[in-house]
Amino acid sequence: MTTPLLRLRGLTKAYPGVVANQDVSFDIQPGEIHALLGENGAGKSTLVKTIYGLVKPDAGQMELQGAVFAPAEPRAARMAGVAMVFQHFSLFDAMNVAENIALGMENPPPQREIAARVRLVSDQYGLPLDPLRIVGELSAGERQRVEIVRCLLQDPKLLIMDEPTSVLTPQEVAILFETLRRLRAAGAAILYISHKLEEIRALCDAATVLRLGRVVGSCDPRTTSAREMAELMVGSSLHVPHKAARPEGEVILTLQGLSAKAPHRFGTALRDIDLTVRRGEILGIGGVAGNGQDELVAALSGEIRTRRDMVLFDGKSIGHLAPNARRRLGLLAAPEERMGHAAAPDMSLTENALLTAAARQDLTARGFVRWGKAREFAANVIAAFDVRTPGAGNTARSLSGGNLQKFVIGREIMQDPALLVVNQPTWGVDASAAAAIRQALLDLAAKGAAVICISQDLDELMEISDRFAALNAGRLSAPRPAQGLSVEQIGLMLGGAHDMEVAHVDA
Amino acid sequence: MDLSAINPILLLASLMVAATPILLAAIGELVVERAGVLNLGVEGMMITGAVCGFIVTINAGSPLLGFAGAAIGGALLALVFGVLTQVLLSNQVATGLALTLFGLGFAALLGQGYIGIKAPVIPKWPVPVLSDIPVIGPILFNHDPVVYLGIAIIAGVWAFLRYSRAGLILRAVGENHDAAHALGYHVIRVRLLAIMFGGACAGLGGAYLSLVRVPQWTEGLTAGAGWIALAIVVFASWRPWRLLLGAYLFGGVTVLQLNLQAAGMAIPVAYLSMAPYLATILVLVMMRAGRAPGSLAQSFHASR
Amino acid sequence: MIRLEKRTAPSRFWTYAAPLLAVVLTMVCGALLFAALGKDPFETIRTIFWDPLFSEFSWYYRPQLLIKAAPLVLIAIGLSFGFRAGVWNIGAEGQYILGAICGAAVGLAFYPTESPFIFPLMVMAGALGGWAWAMIPGFLRVRFGTNEILVSLMLVYVAQSLLASMALGALRNPDASGFPGSRNLARYPSATSWINESAGLHWGVVFALIAVIFAYITLSRHIFGFHVRLSGQSPRAARFAGVNPGLLVLICMAISGALAGLAGLFEVAGPSGLISIDFNAGYGFTAIIVAFLGRLHPVGILLAAGLMALTYIGGEIAQSNLRLPAAAIQVLQGMLLFFLLAVDVLTHYRIRLTARGVA
Repeated sequence: MTTPLLRLRGLTKAYPGVVANQDVSFDIQPGEIHALLGENGAGKSTLVKTIYGLVKPDAGQMELQGAVFAPAEPRAARMAGVAMVFQHFSLFDAMNVAENIALGMENPPPQREIAARVRLVSDQYGLPLDPLRIVGELSAGERQRVEIVRCLLQDPKLLIMDEPTSVLTPQEVAILFETLRRLRAAGAAILYISHKLEEIRALCDAATVLRLGRVVGSCDPRTTSAREMAELMVGSSLHVPHKAARPEGEVILTLQGLSAKAPHRFGTALRDIDLTVRRGEILGIGGVAGNGQDELVAALSGEIRTRRDMVLFDGKSIGHLAPNARRRLGLLAAPEERMGHAAAPDMSLTENALLTAAARQDLTARGFVRWGKAREFAANVIAAFDVRTPGAGNTARSLSGGNLQKFVIGREIMQDPALLVVNQPTWGVDASAAAAIRQALLDLAAKGAAVICISQDLDELMEISDRFAALNAGRLSAPRPAQGLSVEQIGLMLGGAHDMEVAHVDA
Repeated sequence: MDLSAINPILLLASLMVAATPILLAAIGELVVERAGVLNLGVEGMMITGAVCGFIVTINAGSPLLGFAGAAIGGALLALVFGVLTQVLLSNQVATGLALTLFGLGFAALLGQGYIGIKAPVIPKWPVPVLSDIPVIGPILFNHDPVVYLGIAIIAGVWAFLRYSRAGLILRAVGENHDAAHALGYHVIRVRLLAIMFGGACAGLGGAYLSLVRVPQWTEGLTAGAGWIALAIVVFASWRPWRLLLGAYLFGGVTVLQLNLQAAGMAIPVAYLSMAPYLATILVLVMMRAGRAPGSLAQSFHASR
Repeated sequence: MIRLEKRTAPSRFWTYAAPLLAVVLTMVCGALLFAALGKDPFETIRTIFWDPLFSEFSWYYRPQLLIKAAPLVLIAIGLSFGFRAGVWNIGAEGQYILGAICGAAVGLAFYPTESPFIFPLMVMAGALGGWAWAMIPGFLRVRFGTNEILVSLMLVYVAQSLLASMALGALRNPDASGFPGSRNLARYPSATSWINESAGLHWGVVFALIAVIFAYITLSRHIFGFHVRLSGQSPRAARFAGVNPGLLVLICMAISGALAGLAGLFEVAGPSGLISIDFNAGYGFTAIIVAFLGRLHPVGILLAAGLMALTYIGGEIAQSNLRLPAAAIQVLQGMLLFFLLAVDVLTHYRIRLTARGVA
């Protein structure tokens, strides 16, 4: 056997209260796409940050091509040939593509030369990119291309990719995989982090599974079933949500030509959306991030006001109403961003309960807060949705992502909505909490409420939705029954591969 | 009233002089804000610079050393702000205000023995040949060196931000400090340097007030110039050359107002002296500000 | 090497201990400063912090403390609403001046009529004057997105010019043969804000206490107070909770403007007595320190205003007895704010010492 490209030995990193990595050891061979598998919180991010020089391990060592490798900072890692594409892109919205790329390089050449090399590399790998465009105006897929091209320009020996497909359409995923295979053929190794098992089976040559900071197994994903890998990852068999047959109810929400301007410079305008939602159904809305999801939720919750007859709820025009007036009618929402939007991080859970439940739960009397009642309501949510916290007096920040999300979704469901709108309900949530949240949404629909679930996770949408629609550049496709939709059909509804054809003409 | 007493050439020339202190302070603050830091303490740094510059000039007898002292004084005071906001993560708005309040008191304390002394006259440096051009010559090319220095700093900052690697990094830090950190740039180090540059520039601006414009030391002599500099940064949408325009606009209003006072305009002095401040408000309202740097005024703390 | 680690919840202990630590650090550094100025540090510190309360002349100084603290409390309480909500009204000094001008103008218009309605009218005019002056930056922010910090500050300079022109023009005492300044309202029974001058008690003191109670109840018990806190901590969450951000800005500006205006009116109709060129003494700026020193909490503000009043009075004693320069007191106050901001880190972060260069 040849020397591995990167050898990890006994890496350990602890944070107060959490051991993020415990004695992690494995090898990555040259020319290999190596999967790093694990749930949220399994320690994947800490591990790759260690390799990239952003985190210093408490113990253990690394070897790169047989030599000791201890990067003090990302610059050193980049010099040694390690490049990384981040999950939350490390891009600068107000700058152009070439400037963004220059920032990720050591000793970059002048801008003009970068532009030329960007064009060269993007042709070579089939990743069209205009070096002079402002990054903030690019789609998520294009933004990722910026990150990838930035890495490729440095001829990396090892490319780390953190959840690269979560923001891509199926067609874009196919293009990405093609790029990665070409890179492998050129001799580079790729450390590929994901929890999407079918992707890993299609792409990777080896896999290491992390759970609670430890390596719990490794396998050859080409020959291991997704189910086996899932059980390694979670450590037990998963609860699969139960979907009961539901009768079709009356219409609760109608959108008629809903349009709204983009709320900020890098936002998306909503364009002429028509939609009907019935009681008892779950409508899944898919789409790549940044195609109008936030704006649609805001237009439904009342954070964005529109012409009054653009939104009809239970037969009444409500497009002009403020959030609390809509809540009183039974239209509730849970936005995507938990910290700072759905919940205030530094406030207690009691105060966060008051945040949306003041009107429907009668938590104020002539403007004065009934704190006792608010505490009681928060405690009920905590109990009913199994939120792990010492009590309602703790801050939202102190909760893990999954627990806070259970609290946020539970807070709305406990208010007995007629229509609940949720955006990315299980994003960054561990598998058991995600399953609980999906089950809660199904139960809510079974009781006769309507649910609009916006998500980028297509598996999730297929699992719980009755009908499926896609958001693309602020437009909503006509909903279709979820049963029997193929991946290709969904991909086309999502807009195929963004801008790819157009860009090819340019090149 | 005698408007004919106002000489347009002298008016425009003195406009450039009136704009210089604000221009100096504003270009420093522009760099600070492009690095993602909002330092509201410009007024405090300016007046500290004013008193430091004055004291050094009087004692050392050299205005050159005086300006250097002013820059150092302003930078040191700015460093206090930098340590508080960048290392101890205090609120930038509150800390900036504290800096102004402290600076006003501190300068008054330092300047006690210097009230009433006159500063030495700083000679003009007419640019050879160019200053002999009629009209344009006396307006543009017959000034003291600091006026030219101010314009040179603007050009330098513009080139730095646009063409240099360090300027690119500084903008990156101001635009998205988390991403800059993830790429391995030293957010806090970059910001501390920017803050000190801002302090030095504010100090120079202050010294220009106490050594050239007034030219003597009195308590509170900045009279809001630091705040106007802050307003001009917003007006300029964080772009250096527009900043020059803003400073000259403001300088124009100030000089015109003074000239009208001198010409015995019928409007009472108190109302005329409001003009620069009202003009600043008007400009703030009329100019839709461009997009501020993405991380402006946010504390940076590298977690995990 | 020192590392900071964010706490999941603010430390209760340090919330209360940090301001005390800041005061202690200020005293230590202040002592060093006084020593550098050639004064006896211990005597100076004692003169400033102890003598106004417990010396043999404290019967004279204690009422002075009330007089100094009342406007600080009024203004700082108003500012605390805005500061909690992320509305930065830095121009309370201007609103204070306008309150005084408007209130005094109403009083002087009635001179020399005596009527129990005059003073209430003046109070309303004072509040309205401050309110109107604060509405300018508030409205401009809501309508045009203009930065309220800069506008409210510019308006301080405008207000000072206005004050000068009033003192020399419209409001000048016609019987004072050319002296700048208005008639003395404190000597006009229907217009004075004094209740008991020798005890330092005027209506501003009463209103300050009412404001503290009002603010305490609003912030802790009322949904409006909740929305104020929410808007400051998470503006997006506030919008989601149904807060109208523009309206909130206007209300916060209105509260702070009206209270600053009231403070100005009570001052001009009592302790100061008349509109003069240098009527304003920087209360509007010192109140910013008071608001932060009191952690934007009503009771905290009450205590902080007391402390600030102490440094003012103590500073005056030190000025006359020890010939300490007035600016030294301003430096002391600035240091206090610096230390307060610096020790705040202990409330929100845990300080850890870590070995350097692991791995």
